[in-house]
Amino acid sequence: MRLSLKHWAIAISLLVAQMLQIMPMPIMVDPYRPDWVLLVLGYWTLALPQRVNVGVAFINGLVLDILLGTALGIHSLALSLVVFILAANYQRLRNYSVWQQAFMIGLLAALYHLVIFWLQHMLTDIYFLFDYLWPVFTTMLFWPWCFMILRKARRQLKVS
Amino acid sequence: MDTIFSRGPSLTSRLVLASVLSVLLIILDGKLDTFSNVRVYLNSLVSPLQYMANLPGEVLSQSARALTTQRQLLEDNAQLTRQNILMSEQLQRFSVLEQENERLRTLLGSPVRPDVRKIVAELMAVDNNPYSHQIVINKGTLQGVYEGQPVLDDKGIVGQVMQVGTTTSRVLLIADVTHAVPVRVLRNNVRLVASGSGQLNRLVINHVPHSTDIEPGDVLVSSGLGQVFPEGYPVGRIVDVIRDETRPFAVIRAVPAAQLDRLKYLLLLWPHDAPQGPVEQGEVVDAPQS
Repeated sequence: MRLSLKHWAIAISLLVAQMLQIMPMPIMVDPYRPDWVLLVLGYWTLALPQRVNVGVAFINGLVLDILLGTALGIHSLALSLVVFILAANYQRLRNYSVWQQAFMIGLLAALYHLVIFWLQHMLTDIYFLFDYLWPVFTTMLFWPWCFMILRKARRQLKVS
Repeated sequence: MDTIFSRGPSLTSRLVLASVLSVLLIILDGKLDTFSNVRVYLNSLVSPLQYMANLPGEVLSQSARALTTQRQLLEDNAQLTRQNILMSEQLQRFSVLEQENERLRTLLGSPVRPDVRKIVAELMAVDNNPYSHQIVINKGTLQGVYEGQPVLDDKGIVGQVMQVGTTTSRVLLIADVTHAVPVRVLRNNVRLVASGSGQLNRLVINHVPHSTDIEPGDVLVSSGLGQVFPEGYPVGRIVDVIRDETRPFAVIRAVPAAQLDRLKYLLLLWPHDAPQGPVEQGEVVDAPQS
């Protein structure tokens, strides 16, 4: 059991993230939903960049596109871009304190949302509302907790 | 420790590959719409995830239902009985009117409007994608749902089916910016097009001359001209008409008749006179007709 959990930990955490991303929420809370997939992908990219990087991000983006009903490729492009930046700078980012990391993740989440908005804007005529950027703040706030939980899981299960 | 650069292509070339693939997919899927067939399988593939994500909410509402008190149930029951009596009274009058209408139509030589097949579907998920208004319902190709099928609730038109999977399908709401419904004003049969505004409680009506006879409070019903929505179902109500002569057209806004933010049970229709496909795409699953 231990062995199998160890091998599947990354996949399971990403699956849970996808589920949290599409879970129905009350309309009051919905605009503030953090980008779970980005958080979990971000953690694994910083922790194990040789296992999780652009390829995994691309596949998760495609799944997200199917789940959210956007044109295929929109989320995969945005996620690949963000994860590339993380994977290219993982050694520097690892040395930051958790709050500094949260700030960087927030910046990347803003980039992620702007790329998605920009791509959607090319396909359909949508207007920018500030509400679209609320997830950036919640993602930033959720990063420390996400980081701690996933690090605990990784150390306990000895995922490498 | 083996770095990312020690095996496989380098990080940059991976990014380039992913970006090129993504852009290709966006163009193929978003602009040219080549994936509508594959999407059925993809949607079916991820539907277990959707069911699983739906589970906590389902459990909550189940337990809430188990906890309802007897008094509440009795109250609900009384209210529903009252509503039922009122509605059946209306129905009695309506059936007489319907027969009369049918007779008059046969006298005039117009085709009689046939009854349409319909099933009730339940809302499964609302997309949290802020850029488009879509919902997922729990009926798919197994029940004969097809692309471009009209979807209603108890108050009026909700939207049309956009993608189908085997057990789920995705509905585009009339308030989405990419959606428009051909309508007419119930009072005087003026034909208009009601487009979505991107906000759930707003429809906009574009390109209406200042001289058109249209007032706040007018009811809009589907005109059946786009051949997607059957004729005569309520779409919305005009809330304001701004006749500013400095603009080329009047600014007209309406609220949707259906309560798009509190959908639960939906109605899927199989109109008889529907063409074998939606107007813009030819692909359709054969709908069994009763």
